Amino acid sequence: MQINDLTIRAATVNGSGSQSANLVLANAIFRLGIPVAPKNVFPSNIEGLPTWFDVRVSPQGYQCRSREIDILVALNPVTWHADVPDVKPGGAIIYEESYAVTGVTQRNDVVYYPVPFAKMAKEQIPDAALRKYLTNMIYVGALAELLGIGEETIEAALRAQFKRKLSAVDTNMNAVRLGMNYVRENLPKTDPYKLEPMTGLTEGLILMEGNTAAALGCVMAGCTVAAWYPITPSSSLCESFIQYCDRYRVDATTGERKAAVLQAEDELAAIGMVFGATWAGARAMTSTSGPGLSLMAEFAGLGYYAELPGVIFDIQRAGPSTGLPTRTMQGDVAFAYTLSHGDTKHIVLLPATAIEAYEFAAQAFDLSDRFQTPVFVLSDLDLGMNLWMTEPLAYPERGFDRGKVLSAADLEAAQSWGRYRDVDSDGIPYRTLPGTNHPNAGFFTRGSGHNETAHYSEDPNVYRNNLDRLNRKFETARGAVPKPVVEESGKPTALIAYGTSHHAVVEARDRLHAAGVETDYLRVRALPFTPEVFEFIERHERVYVVEQNRDGQLYGLLRAELPARSIERLKSIRHYNGVPIDASAIIDPLMQLEQTELVPA
Amino acid sequence: MTSGAPPANVNSAGLTREVYKGLASTLCAGCGHNSITNHLIKALYEYGVEPHKLAKMSGIGCSSKTPAYFVERAHGFNGVHGRMPSLATGAKIANRELMVLGISGDGDTASIGLGQYCHMIRRNVDCTYIIEDNGCYGLTKGQFSATADRGSVLKKGQVNEFETIDVCGLAIELGATFVARSFSGDGKQLIPLLQAAFSHRGTAVLDIISPCVTFNDHEGSTKSYSYVKEHHAILHTPDYIVGGQEITVDYEPGTVQEVEFDDGSRILLRKVEIDYDPTDSVAALTMLHEGRGRGELVTGLLYINVKAHDLAARENLPQKPLAQLNENELRISREDWSKLMESFK
Ligand SMILES: Cc1ncc(C[n+]2csc(CCOP(=O)(O)OP(=O)(O)O)c2C)c(N)n1
Ligand code: SF4
Repeated sequence: MQINDLTIRAATVNGSGSQSANLVLANAIFRLGIPVAPKNVFPSNIEGLPTWFDVRVSPQGYQCRSREIDILVALNPVTWHADVPDVKPGGAIIYEESYAVTGVTQRNDVVYYPVPFAKMAKEQIPDAALRKYLTNMIYVGALAELLGIGEETIEAALRAQFKRKLSAVDTNMNAVRLGMNYVRENLPKTDPYKLEPMTGLTEGLILMEGNTAAALGCVMAGCTVAAWYPITPSSSLCESFIQYCDRYRVDATTGERKAAVLQAEDELAAIGMVFGATWAGARAMTSTSGPGLSLMAEFAGLGYYAELPGVIFDIQRAGPSTGLPTRTMQGDVAFAYTLSHGDTKHIVLLPATAIEAYEFAAQAFDLSDRFQTPVFVLSDLDLGMNLWMTEPLAYPERGFDRGKVLSAADLEAAQSWGRYRDVDSDGIPYRTLPGTNHPNAGFFTRGSGHNETAHYSEDPNVYRNNLDRLNRKFETARGAVPKPVVEESGKPTALIAYGTSHHAVVEARDRLHAAGVETDYLRVRALPFTPEVFEFIERHERVYVVEQNRDGQLYGLLRAELPARSIERLKSIRHYNGVPIDASAIIDPLMQLEQTELVPA
Repeated sequence: MTSGAPPANVNSAGLTREVYKGLASTLCAGCGHNSITNHLIKALYEYGVEPHKLAKMSGIGCSSKTPAYFVERAHGFNGVHGRMPSLATGAKIANRELMVLGISGDGDTASIGLGQYCHMIRRNVDCTYIIEDNGCYGLTKGQFSATADRGSVLKKGQVNEFETIDVCGLAIELGATFVARSFSGDGKQLIPLLQAAFSHRGTAVLDIISPCVTFNDHEGSTKSYSYVKEHHAILHTPDYIVGGQEITVDYEPGTVQEVEFDDGSRILLRKVEIDYDPTDSVAALTMLHEGRGRGELVTGLLYINVKAHDLAARENLPQKPLAQLNENELRISREDWSKLMESFK
């Protein structure tokens, strides 16, 4: 028996409504107290193309993807031949009975469960419009029966999915029962997989997408202006923001809305609206992905140089250009860090979990106001659009940090002020907001050369001093951004990762440990690098930088900033096929590199 | 002088005309943009704009530099080329109490910024949007812009082969709620139009022909000072009356059209030659089209619609600026938060 440790893959057709069936399945397993990690691998298409949904079930709570498929639900005739070989020996395949089992699909090391999905649906589900959707619920029922998920658990998951729509719960539950009964009556269980309730692992936890968490971070941070242009995988961030503003920011009596969400005509306008709004004192954000980020480049430089706050979410996808719009990547790190021309560098936050998506979103507004500069939050499709098991998001205990803003009273008390003057030697100047009723409040914001009082200047010294001050500000920020998370016990070999690669590192380190290879680990959570990152590298002989892009972007940034003596310690491990990284993608190259290191030729 | 009446040299905001001035202009002497600046100073002074409530926004170009040359005390924002409308939109949404005054060039508006121009109009962002239109790129030394008339000639002899983009016609087509055209040399017409634009709630587009004396003021240019002087077809001479103030001038009935704004102010349009109704968008487009055919530059208030809602109203924003809302007003309550978290189980 293989209990509670398996990966289920549903291969379906995009647009067939399999998403809600898959979510119900994941939620039901979660309700049994067993950790789940659902991952949607979908095409850039609305209807018709193949789509896969993996539910990784893991008593260790691993949240990364697993390459090994234990149970396949094959409901896509087009991918039938490709999907079957992916099932590991000893695995099981639930499939549409009418598919031909020949050639590569004919394996004698797996268990086959043929189910007449189409026939059953046609005979038992009279409503033709619903039939397509409910067919998916039949496989949820079949799986439930085979794995031992009780009817009540599925029903509770359905209720969570459809909230208060009781009729939907009933209709779907009937389809689930069709699957359960069919298996009970026709398919004796011969596979080794079983789910048994667990305790202490999922109690008190919730399932949430990273983009939802980030949107809630924006709400709690007091973002009042969001300007966006739709792009996968970032759209759901602004859509969630709209949903929460609709629910919590509308005055019930007057209908007034304490937020404006503007669907801009393009990303250029989106970031322009953000900077217009922050200049006028509101907290504002935009969300986009790589192609949109490139259109924001000119404005990003203006934001940096004119010192305007603004939060930019980049939910990364596989590039370039349109690239693979629905596949994941960590491909914008180097680009975002220095986005724009001339000397420009930005604070970049790198969330790895739903909690961090929430907390970093909120923190981005504080950092952005405090440092009066654009802040980029680099999430990715995996974090943004998949469900993650997480602690409930904590209610914020602190108020907003609006940074150095001078009121009319402050101006009255001050002897003089200059918009770009470094009063506190931290590189951060003071600002005033339009609307401040004081004769000295006004100043002129511009991208052209300016002196401390924001007046036009092309004086070489003035320009240089200003750039130096911006650098000073950036150095101050180095001490204020989220510090890395370090797990260290003095081993010579270490891993560095960031963002969603983290989850694969967790599993990889456990498996390496089981094989006798011990590793230390540091997870970078922001750019610029904090001193802890460099110190950690100094303390290790070999440091593997794990990331999801071809060219080792963070590895490159580290090499550029490290002292020369440390550079050779760094090795790069890269994964870049568009699907989320898994533990083997780290273990295999690491073992190879370790061996050449440990046994010199 | 009766008590309470303001001294003669200050406006309704209690400020002298001096306050409405800015830094010394660095534009070419004689540039139409400088005349516009002077008219703006007068218009803002007379209107009684409070400098701290004024947000001066612009893109990039000689024209876009002009916000530095008036009301120095006000906040200004010289953004990037062609993208001022988005900045203005963001600023107005964040603080609806600001009076947003955008200044752009014809290159800035009709080429690189055409998209933002269209979308700002479509959203009816409450702002005064001035195009200082010289038919050429001044700052980059005289290339044709998209508002250059077909057949017009550059200083070095190149002839413009392409159709002009009529920013006024386009604005009307897009549903703009206030569209006017004027000439930098005609303060008498321009100042009341500017003041009416300030009163208008929504995007007020003002295309002001403003000759570039350095690159586009020669024979063959249809945006030169002399050409415009000669081909200037005036629809009406406007007068602007601040809300509540009595009309003291007696106009001949039947020749005056009056438009009243939300704040009680009025613009009086005294007909010059033709019978023109500025609330009829089809007539406005026809007139512009015919004028262009005759090589005429029709000026005046071309179209107005005071009934449409501006963006802030459509978004149903509170009167209190979004920029001033605090954590208590913006966060989800603790109770709702726990319920919300519960719903993710
Ligand atoms: C992205 C970008 N492209 C090009 C330029 C160069 N540029 C500066 S001003 C300008 C044209 C300005 O023309 P217009 O808006 O008509 O203003 P004018 O100078 O004639 O008043 C151009 C092309 C720029 N600043 N930014
Ligand atoms: S170049 Fe032309 S537009 Fe620019 S300041 Fe001189 S006259 Fe004016």
